[in-house]
Amino acid sequence: MKKFAYFPGCSLEKMASSYHKSALETTKYFDIELQELDDWNCCGATTYFHLDEILANTLVARNLALAEKEGLDLVAPCSACYKNAYFTTKYFRKDPELAEHINFALEEDDLHFDAKIDVYHLIEIFVNDVGAEKIKEGVQNPLEGLVIAPYYGCQIERPGKGVPESEDPSYFEDLISAMGAKPAYFPERLRCCGGSLIMTSRVPALDMVKVLLASAERNGAHVIATACPLCQVNLECYQSAVNEEFGTDFNLPVLYFTQLLGLALGIAPDKLGIGAELVSAAPVFNKLLPKEAS
Amino acid sequence: MTSKPTFRDEIANLLYASQGSPTNACIQCGTCSGTCPVANYMDQTPRRLIGMINANLKEDVLDCNTYWFCASCYHCTVRCPADIDIAGVMYAIKRYSIWNKTYREDLVGPRFSEAFMKTVIRSGRSYEPLLAPTYMFHFGPKEFFNEAVNASKMMLKGRIPVLPPRIKRLDNFKNMVKKIIPLGENS
Ligand code: SF4
Ligand code: SF4
Repeated sequence: MKKFAYFPGCSLEKMASSYHKSALETTKYFDIELQELDDWNCCGATTYFHLDEILANTLVARNLALAEKEGLDLVAPCSACYKNAYFTTKYFRKDPELAEHINFALEEDDLHFDAKIDVYHLIEIFVNDVGAEKIKEGVQNPLEGLVIAPYYGCQIERPGKGVPESEDPSYFEDLISAMGAKPAYFPERLRCCGGSLIMTSRVPALDMVKVLLASAERNGAHVIATACPLCQVNLECYQSAVNEEFGTDFNLPVLYFTQLLGLALGIAPDKLGIGAELVSAAPVFNKLLPKEAS
Repeated sequence: MTSKPTFRDEIANLLYASQGSPTNACIQCGTCSGTCPVANYMDQTPRRLIGMINANLKEDVLDCNTYWFCASCYHCTVRCPADIDIAGVMYAIKRYSIWNKTYREDLVGPRFSEAFMKTVIRSGRSYEPLLAPTYMFHFGPKEFFNEAVNASKMMLKGRIPVLPPRIKRLDNFKNMVKKIIPLGENS
């Protein structure tokens, strides 16, 4: 059994609890344990960096130090949390003065961070630690007939880890193929969903969501798969707002990749948090039904 | 002999942790503007903004909505041929405008950031409903109503917490924050 420290982040407690549930179910299926950090704090999302860069890195470092204390690498399911954790670790390695300054503050909570651990996004665990072959073997209920748009979003791939593929990745598509579904051609897959702009600059943010929905729909997707709670909420919960603002009529389900994977693995929908959608996921099941009936 | 730092220097000094070339490495190629998903809504495109910083057009830079409309998606940063961290620069101007209170009154971004920060400092966690007053104050009733309808739909699906969460070792957390930025009494 492989074990990682798990930083769910604020969104997964409630707003994205279906991501939380399905992440735990699907990792457990492959014998991977996600051990939630004890007493983790908000990592500041993107907003903290608007105010103070060192403080923002301190908040992130506290969670990293909690993981390092356990001697475990850190996994974050939220792309913004992941990006923050990834960056802060990188800065700690590059800039000893910054590390010292922040460690001085971390002493207040008896913590220390040496940047010895690595940071992963949840999707990387499935791509690298489990791998497409094992996923294929685990699939009980191949999602045949389903066309899934792989929405990477922006924060996972940026700014690259020096890998040239970060402008043209394919691991999400491979994951979808392993589930037995068909990945949609989705050229906007790395484009930003607007993130927290939805709270501060509504129309531009809705426009960004519209571009993504239109691209997925145009390319025949039945559902969009996301790997980030901010993306999921923007694409799903603001779909009706997009329709109202731009006179469109989108009705496209948006599920977490772990929910779709869970279905393929034969895990019961309620264990995957399915049913908390604002845009019904029924079309996804309708697509799958004929096979189940046969 | 010390001369007053230029605006460009001030911005450069605000980027302590993030790395990348200084803004004057910009070759004005426009890759950032072509990449930016929000450029259509910005008063000045990212390329122009970098040019304006380099020309020390402080007032014009601070007066535009560009940096508050930046969604921090880093696409410009990854693609810039001169290796300028444009997203990091946008963050830096946000900080500059909050500290110096030079942001435009009609923008929601700065208020939202301040409200968010206060929530995190007090509890160690973020909590969406606490941000509602900021929202109501700055948007019209229609937007607020739409937002409230959306929120109650999410509430019905159990997707919004009823009580604000907080971390256990909050005192240690607050002392940690104070070591980085000294806070006023009521923060
Ligand atoms: S992409 Fe870089 S070099 Fe090109 S205009 Fe933008 S900041 Fe300047
Ligand atoms: S980081 Fe900001 S400026 Fe750069 S492409 Fe994204 S939204 Fe545009």
